[in-house]
Amino acid sequence: MNSRSAALRRCFGLLWSSSGALFVAVLAVSSATAQSAGENVPAGRHSGYDSMSRETRAMQDDDAANPGTLWVLDGEALWKQKTGSAGRSCFDCHGDARASMKGVAARYPVFNASRARPVNLEQRINLCRTDQQKAPPLAFESRELLALTAYVGRQSRGLPVEIAVDARTRPFLEAGREAFNRRLGQLNLSCAQCHDDNEGKRLAGNLIPQAHPTGYPLYRLEWQGVGSLQRRLRNCLTGIRAQTPVFGADELVDLELFLMWRARGMRVETPAVRP
Amino acid sequence: MPRALITIPASARRGEIIEIKALVAHEMETGFRRTQYGVVIPRNIITQFVCTYNGVEIFSADFHPAISANPYVAFSTIATEGGTITCSWAGDNGYSHTESVAIRVG
Repeated sequence: MNSRSAALRRCFGLLWSSSGALFVAVLAVSSATAQSAGENVPAGRHSGYDSMSRETRAMQDDDAANPGTLWVLDGEALWKQKTGSAGRSCFDCHGDARASMKGVAARYPVFNASRARPVNLEQRINLCRTDQQKAPPLAFESRELLALTAYVGRQSRGLPVEIAVDARTRPFLEAGREAFNRRLGQLNLSCAQCHDDNEGKRLAGNLIPQAHPTGYPLYRLEWQGVGSLQRRLRNCLTGIRAQTPVFGADELVDLELFLMWRARGMRVETPAVRP
Repeated sequence: MPRALITIPASARRGEIIEIKALVAHEMETGFRRTQYGVVIPRNIITQFVCTYNGVEIFSADFHPAISANPYVAFSTIATEGGTITCSWAGDNGYSHTESVAIRVG
């Protein structure tokens, strides 16, 4: 159960190293359908939750059993902790997160005027730290940043994803869409070839999900911990043998924006559990 | 940030069977993995879990390297009287963590 992407990598390894004919065949099938990629599914959209085992769904649904709760509780403690040379906590400006952060994560990534581009929730938290709290930014994938993000994300659980698209965000959304459809890496695959054209089928033993990032940051059994959407994106990029952009790279945020827009209307599950 | 979460029903009737769920944050490093340079990552696991109900042990378990990170244990007991349920975890490198919750029995 928790060896999904290891199996994915093994699968790619198999395709790559064993039969050249098989490998070519797979790509030929993919490229034939590549034209239709990008805009599918509004009707048949569903969360990866729906295809999980009963046990894993139960784990996500019960806060007492969902290990992501540990990160949420850490985030709650950090929310009230004064930090930086300004000596301010998140609570001092935003008050009770249960009210002030409700629905916030469902809107991210959001256009940020000072950056003149969309920023994701992790970057927004770090902007608050550097600008308001006068504290050093937290490292991507650090326990603290994941905890705060999970805590903020938890306040939107059950609310629909709502990405505002306007003239300012449109170019970044289009860049994300382009990235989703761009073939990359030694395996020369785009996101769309798996997650649009072949979703619901299996890659080795693993189900190919539709890739709606509604539960991030989430607890992945394979990771034995909580990770961000960008960690997941970098995993996929490694799987297709492409170069991985650094955490927080503009192109990853654009892709994040497109994926969240693509999942618009779906319910936030943070902190989700995935195999 | 050591943290544990014990979940019990808010209140119980005397004699009722209640479920106790205990989740603790721990990396549970097996001791079998290596770094990319081939150096063994030393074992760091929880080895023992004990739960007491008003000081009387009602459940205990030995943990081994195959137990997942952030171990979750759920078990049941009979609510006999009000008081405190205490769970403690102990393990490698002097790790120990104790957490208590109050139980109301009426």
